[in-house]
Amino acid sequence: MPSEKAAITVADLLGSCPAPFTQYDRVLLGHGSGGRLSADLVHRLFLPAFRNEMLERLDDQAVCTLAPHADARIAFSTDSYVVQPLFFPGGDIGRLAVHGTVNDLAMGGATPLYLSAAFILEEGLPLADLARIVDSMRDACVEAGVALVTGDTKVVDRGKGDGVFITTSGVGVVPAGRTLSASACRPGDKIILSGTLGDHGIAIMSVREGLEFETTLESDTAPLADLTKVMLEACPAIRCMRDPTRGGLSSALHEIAAASSVGMSLAESAIPVRPQVRGACEILGLDPLYVANEGKLIAVVPPGDADRLVNVMRADARGVDAAIIGAVTSDHPGMIVMRSLVGGTRVVTMLAGEQLPRIC
Amino acid sequence: MKFLDEYRDPVAAQKLVRAIESMVTRPWTIMEVCGGQTHTIVKYGIDEMLPAAIELVHGPGCPVCVTSLEMIDRAHAIAAHPGVIFCSFGDMLRVPGSRGDLLQLKSQGSDVRVVYSPLDAVTIAAANPDKEVVFFAIGFETTAPPNAMAISMAKRRGLTNFSALVSHVLVPPAMRAILDAPDNRVQAFLGPGHVCTVVGYAEYGPIVEQYGVPIVITGFEPVDMLEGLLMAITQLEEGRADVENAYGRAVRPEGNLASRALIDEIFEVCERKWRGVGMIPGSGLRLRAAYRGFDAEGRFEVEAIQTLESDVCISGDILRGVRKPQDCPAFGTACTPQMPLGATMVSGEGACAAYYAYGRHFEAAPLKVHHAV
Amino acid sequence: MCLGIPGRVLETWRDHEILMGKVDFDGVTKRVCLEHVQEVTPGDYVLVHVGFALSQIDEIEAQRVFAFLAGMEQLEELEVPSLDERPGSEPVR
Repeated sequence: MPSEKAAITVADLLGSCPAPFTQYDRVLLGHGSGGRLSADLVHRLFLPAFRNEMLERLDDQAVCTLAPHADARIAFSTDSYVVQPLFFPGGDIGRLAVHGTVNDLAMGGATPLYLSAAFILEEGLPLADLARIVDSMRDACVEAGVALVTGDTKVVDRGKGDGVFITTSGVGVVPAGRTLSASACRPGDKIILSGTLGDHGIAIMSVREGLEFETTLESDTAPLADLTKVMLEACPAIRCMRDPTRGGLSSALHEIAAASSVGMSLAESAIPVRPQVRGACEILGLDPLYVANEGKLIAVVPPGDADRLVNVMRADARGVDAAIIGAVTSDHPGMIVMRSLVGGTRVVTMLAGEQLPRIC
Repeated sequence: MKFLDEYRDPVAAQKLVRAIESMVTRPWTIMEVCGGQTHTIVKYGIDEMLPAAIELVHGPGCPVCVTSLEMIDRAHAIAAHPGVIFCSFGDMLRVPGSRGDLLQLKSQGSDVRVVYSPLDAVTIAAANPDKEVVFFAIGFETTAPPNAMAISMAKRRGLTNFSALVSHVLVPPAMRAILDAPDNRVQAFLGPGHVCTVVGYAEYGPIVEQYGVPIVITGFEPVDMLEGLLMAITQLEEGRADVENAYGRAVRPEGNLASRALIDEIFEVCERKWRGVGMIPGSGLRLRAAYRGFDAEGRFEVEAIQTLESDVCISGDILRGVRKPQDCPAFGTACTPQMPLGATMVSGEGACAAYYAYGRHFEAAPLKVHHAV
Repeated sequence: MCLGIPGRVLETWRDHEILMGKVDFDGVTKRVCLEHVQEVTPGDYVLVHVGFALSQIDEIEAQRVFAFLAGMEQLEELEVPSLDERPGSEPVR
């Protein structure tokens, strides 16, 4: 990986190459043909961005070392990224594609090491946009300490894609003896949330056609492996971690509650939500518990460790707003109950479908 | 947020609950008319905070729920026209008609768009002069001024490609229909706060006089609702029946005169069929003759519509406050927000959907709640 | 029915002669039609439903319930028994 950041510009791409590449500023079907244009894309865009020994071999596979983690187990995860618009306040599809997979590895207690990336490009995509996305992925890889070691590109006809779809897969290592599992939670455990809810979902919505509103709010997209590292060092007994992405806090908690056959009780007043997210949720009739996050995690921990762990998390840039938001209970297994701001209770159910703005 | 946070204050809420407790001497059944108020009740668990003697029943005030199946089918038929951009509020998209919902129609290639405001639909019409833009103009009195403004704006801008499928409903005739029913149980109403910001509350005086039921115009936050309840219970206990306003920060007695004038210019009263309830005379608004050019029903030929409602569903009784969601054999089993059988489950604001969303389908088993935080 | 949220008017202008404004909801701003609340000026709060201001919030009226509660508290100190002693105060569940 390059140690110095250098932005990739269209000029770099078009450069002095005499090949057809120079004639175009948009993705053509030929960029996915496996021929000259494809090779140009690899040599002029992807290789310079993600340069490392394993990628440079340009073999059909990357052969990677796990040293010095010889006795570790491998964590392996994959995820596809589709988002409109491609560029949004606080991030873009490239950052998201790196952070999402890195975070899925980190939630298992793994140290992320390697990524693959497969791009499905729509014919006509401005190459400048692709360069911007790749540039941003490179930065995200550097920040997360991972190497992008293999990849693929295909091009689909105009109108058959949405600009860019990216699938990333990631490999990480889990130290011997470390086991985090959604089925490991026990009554009495505390539930910790690393920060404010809903920043990503609302930031995306603010620029979505038809709903536009102005806000300084940015997506929280961020790599969480550094945070999980200090958390696990401070508290090896953490039962499980999850990043509440699609479906928000509610879905993530439901997965854990079901896997452990336990209930959960939350306190609405303890859940951190930024004023802008609250404001947007109020005017659109949405519930922050169901809005997506891309840089937050929940951890279930033994009761005696909770306060100390929150303090450790608050010392990390990714966890300054960490808070204990509830507890695991043997009552009502599979159900999540929340004490409302005014003291009544409600059951937090699973989201039925996509949240749509309400008039009433 | 100012004017929201202070009305969610737990100390103020508890004080009002205690005031209600000290006032109640016998059972009372009170209906909140608005779906938004139903939502607040279940979201904050307000009914559980009240003395057992107070029963809250939920009214017909969800415009999405009560939009008739025929009208939804008509919306489908229009939205399926090639060259049409069909604009709707988000919560209308999932409401099933006889042939699925508008989201399914979108998946089949129709151009169906969510708009936040009716005025956004006018903007879309201006930007797409080669398309027919149709806005699904549903709502109670509250939504009538923005919908009327959209039509007025389209006229002012000379847009000939904008029309509205109007399915407006009015609150007072529905309240009368509830009170006229022989099995009515409602003894007092929490009146519809946002409806009254527009039309005021003079119309409720004759209802109070005729039926002897207190009506307290009430807001939508927990403290608002508890205050409205306290005022309604005070009237009931004192044997009074008056129109009172507990939402003075937003509602003036005469409402908003400019809004009333615009509604009157664009719309006229008509009879309207309510899903789950049936035809209610004088309970709807339609475009006046001078604005018929903006009427989507006149612009698009729609074949005769045949509809069939579930025979298990008791949403009609729920909308009139006679029964509650848990009384329905299909609630939470055959009927869920994913597969709604009737009016009160189709929108998040419907009583059944609100009960479902906030977990009331679990209530058959006693819920023991320990709060550890 | 009818989601209505209070927001603070930041600025106003006319669009095709209709009074419009930018309204702030705690850091989120939206374009809102102010045609039916002609008298508002920046800083005023309006009640917004589907991008349309229904009425101006009356800040004095807004305090009424809290004044009532404060008054109730003073009375309570004199005469109302504590929560546990009162009959009929069992919650529903």
